[in-house]
Amino acid sequence: MANVLVFTESTNGKLKKPSREALTIARKLGAGDVVAVASDAAAAEEAGKYGAKKLYVANMGDYLTEPYTAGLAQIAKEVQPAVILFAGTSNGRDLAPRLAARLNAGVASDVDRLEWVDGKLRARRPVYSGKAFATVEVTSTPAIATTRPNAFPAEEAGGGAAEVVNVSVDAGEGKSKLVETKVPEAGELSIAEADIIVSGGRGLKEAANFSYIRDLAHAIGGAVGASRATVDAGWIDHQHQVGQTGRVVSPNVYIAAGVSGAIQHLAGMSSSKHIIAINKDSEAPIFRVADLGVVGDLFQILPALTEEVKKAKAH
Amino acid sequence: MNSVVCISHVPDTESRIKIAAGGQKIDETGLKFIVSPYDEYALEAAVRLKEAKDGDVTVLTFGPDRAQQALRESLSRGATKAMHVKGESGDADSLGIAKVLAAAIRSVPHDLVFFGKQGVGTDNALVGPMVAELLGYPQVNVVTHLEVGDGRLTAHREIESAEEVIETTLPAVITAQKGLNEPRYAKLQGIVAAKKIPIDTKSVADLGLDESDIYKQRVTIVSIDLPAEKTGGRKIDGADANAAAQEIVRYIRDEAKAL
Repeated sequence: MANVLVFTESTNGKLKKPSREALTIARKLGAGDVVAVASDAAAAEEAGKYGAKKLYVANMGDYLTEPYTAGLAQIAKEVQPAVILFAGTSNGRDLAPRLAARLNAGVASDVDRLEWVDGKLRARRPVYSGKAFATVEVTSTPAIATTRPNAFPAEEAGGGAAEVVNVSVDAGEGKSKLVETKVPEAGELSIAEADIIVSGGRGLKEAANFSYIRDLAHAIGGAVGASRATVDAGWIDHQHQVGQTGRVVSPNVYIAAGVSGAIQHLAGMSSSKHIIAINKDSEAPIFRVADLGVVGDLFQILPALTEEVKKAKAH
Repeated sequence: MNSVVCISHVPDTESRIKIAAGGQKIDETGLKFIVSPYDEYALEAAVRLKEAKDGDVTVLTFGPDRAQQALRESLSRGATKAMHVKGESGDADSLGIAKVLAAAIRSVPHDLVFFGKQGVGTDNALVGPMVAELLGYPQVNVVTHLEVGDGRLTAHREIESAEEVIETTLPAVITAQKGLNEPRYAKLQGIVAAKKIPIDTKSVADLGLDESDIYKQRVTIVSIDLPAEKTGGRKIDGADANAAAQEIVRYIRDEAKAL
């Protein structure tokens, strides 16, 4: 039976959500047994819970491209997978193409649907930031894909801990080194993985008014998003930008306040599952994609909403 | 300090996308093409290095005839040399494109190879790291800050809600993120000077590559479809802010099940 190899990332034995999503779709593919890779054996319990039969644990340390490529290539040689999946995290997106070039394999990146059809990996991926969808077939062995965070559910399989297989990786002498990790604002959620995003646009009028967005995001437990206009104006850092030259996101809930809905912005967020727009202009294009549109003054509505959310959370 | 900057020529981000007959490509009729926005940060970084440390900035693209426009524009913004590998890059998978670019890069003296973090449109974000692997160079992806020293570089790499500071050796591959710098506009003087620079034009075969390994390999497009048009949902009057807030909370709790 063929294998599906999944690269996972974890902290203290807890798998990152995108890794749980990747394991879930790996299992549902039906292309073979799910075999996971991690740099820490503590992930075995969770990897098993999400369907991995085996967990290859390699002594790769902190993430760096070259030793991880060497580790994955070595494990792929042993496992001979039909499919290799990576969650589309920063590290997954860094590693998948590098490994693919080493294995002369094709990659479907940032996919939001994945099927195993007649022995081939078929994937759907948003292109032109969601203005269109490409369905592609990866014909190489292995076939590689990176999964878009939040596009697949994470569902437990009900299994016990994965069987740990320790692997000693000979990565050779590394050229690169991780000097430090800078965390700018403590505890701030990334829009890439958030379930709820609260975004602000030019309707906020000035940088200081992003506090309206931050307060609501904080109350609701979401991430702060921003339109390109506000980033270009220097009101907020680019990490927050949603859209064609920012991040393409698909959270469960997307709240856009004072965002008119330029085509690039719509492309970056219209695949969100529940979209709420607050705008004083009833003709704003954002209302075309909104499931719930509120025509009104964000400076009145956002503080009221923040209070209501706090009340609802207190229950 | 010599750099190669790989440029992709993509539909303007303002464009509405139409699907061509056959359903496997977009219809390019009437589309305006631009230098992929992230490539502008890559080019600016290379031009600043050249200004500080001399050397050449070679802009390189693989694509059809129209892609020469992207090279001309890049020359007018400070690149000193240009190479165009002609071919239907749209029929090649990312690894096919990477093989072409890696072969072309080998033919040019370089210390650094720059890409945008992704080509806007196809949005694969694969070619830069693939080229790094094919050349055997270290890579730093999604870079927001770069310092280049003697045989080494320090780069800040954007990750989820944080940045990693990576040190590595030259030659290396860098993929540029917005925020790395503020790209300059072309000046008239630059546009005139750029016209005099010859573009070195090659075919895939000139690079010693087998076309059958480049086109229609590994990843094939089954179809390209447009998403279902969204018509918009309910619209309510928000004149009463408290009532509107209550309705939003009800919606988030009952329909999105997120509270």
